Amino acid sequence: MNAPSISSPWPLRDKVAFAGIGTTRYGSFPETDSYGLGCEALNIALEDCGLKPGDIDGLIVSRIPSYERFAEIMGINPQFCLLTETAGRFSGVSMALAANALYSGAAKYVALVYGNNGRSVRMRYGGGDSQWSPWGMTSPGAIHAMMWRRHMHEFGTTHADLGPVATAFRHHACLNPDAVMHGRPISLLDHDRSRPICEPLQLLDYCLINDGAVAWIMTTAERARDLKRPPVLLSGYARQDNFTYRTSPPDDFWYPSLSATRSVYDRAGIGREDIQGLGIYDNFSPTVMFSLEGLGFCKQGESGDFVRDGTLQLGTGRWPTNTSGGHLSDSYMQGWGIIAECVRQLRDDCGDRQIPNAQAMQYICATNIAQSAILRRAA
Amino acid sequence: MSLENRPKPVIDNWNRPFFEAAKNDKLLVQKCRDTGQCFFPPAPVSPFTGRPHWDWIEASGKGELWSFVVFYQSYFEGMKDELPYPVGMVKLAEGPFMLTNLWDMSPDEAVIGMKLSVRFPGGPGDLVLPQFGPEE
Repeated sequence: MNAPSISSPWPLRDKVAFAGIGTTRYGSFPETDSYGLGCEALNIALEDCGLKPGDIDGLIVSRIPSYERFAEIMGINPQFCLLTETAGRFSGVSMALAANALYSGAAKYVALVYGNNGRSVRMRYGGGDSQWSPWGMTSPGAIHAMMWRRHMHEFGTTHADLGPVATAFRHHACLNPDAVMHGRPISLLDHDRSRPICEPLQLLDYCLINDGAVAWIMTTAERARDLKRPPVLLSGYARQDNFTYRTSPPDDFWYPSLSATRSVYDRAGIGREDIQGLGIYDNFSPTVMFSLEGLGFCKQGESGDFVRDGTLQLGTGRWPTNTSGGHLSDSYMQGWGIIAECVRQLRDDCGDRQIPNAQAMQYICATNIAQSAILRRAA
Repeated sequence: MSLENRPKPVIDNWNRPFFEAAKNDKLLVQKCRDTGQCFFPPAPVSPFTGRPHWDWIEASGKGELWSFVVFYQSYFEGMKDELPYPVGMVKLAEGPFMLTNLWDMSPDEAVIGMKLSVRFPGGPGDLVLPQFGPEE
């Protein structure tokens, strides 16, 4: 698979910044909806960077049903506006769209707002009509279960290999007072004994569906310097899609397309050793393994060995990952919350879960739109 | 377990011949005229060329088990009494993957790489859902 160009410099390197971040509480909030939650997150993000709704001239809305209604509610009349698809891979895609809009001058301050009321409307991931529903095949979890069973066969990995992923992220949730699973530690045995959902995956391999919202304010690096908080720069971004066999589980663990996104290091001008922590899209625990292998943190098939001794856990491992608790132990905010956490790490906002001396963070999303981004502190 | 209670497939212009053939115990896939490669699910053009140059062919009905899962969670009302039920991903001898159920065997007997063949035991209404079991 062709990588995005490695040798040519990425023109957007360090040109665009995260200026404001807002996240709501996550839980069950039937008294509001994705619009209400989105407004709450956006107001926190605006307050964070010191801007007003009238300053926003670019708007990307995700999972909130209507961009025009959201813009109407917030009183925003932008020059650049769109609604992105609800799949979580679109958090990274939305970030890249905003970066391009800012770099090209289509907007000066882009608000990106994700709102989800999946818990209170009892959103089901699975069921409904699809190509494979007559055979009972449904849900993203089943697709990952199918892939992980194959991975176990090809490489000798096991279900137990996923345990250190689940326990590391739960450990982080216990350090994060805002995490949904704060105060509820789990052991490897708990992971092993959790109830089967779609074998080989079990309950503690699945993300947590909640209501909540996340907003980011992005602007040019230059403008961000004049705002309230220290800017966090988008140093590099790489993406490779693979839609072959989109309707059935992929037969390659997205390895070729994820490998192609290793160009993110060249694009950012930052090597892997200069990164202190990771944000990995963890809709299911195997996605973390596919991400680590695809980006070359370990050889293909060796992710079980790689994570076994707490490599992903803050305080014990070289690669603290999803320090908020991630989708598995904080909340499934579809990558939006994970990227927000990367920004917070780079502003030293993380309290007990702060990665010491975090200078650069890497985001990875293993899906049919494989992506990786590197964020860093502005000098 | 009863295939009669299964969710009905969404029949469209491209997959209609597949489901019609299944009623007559035939497994159809599309074959690209230019490359000779087969593809599934049914589509208006060959994914290998992007062109509408293809023919339906009757597949051998043989394949091997690429991977499988066992559902414990209920997603379909009509399949509640089948829980826990297996879904297998079969690589057909002709190349394409097909998601199906494992028939005439328990999930405990499933081994990745085992040879499987198709059966046509029934489905919802007058439709038939191809199933795969140990090679006959």
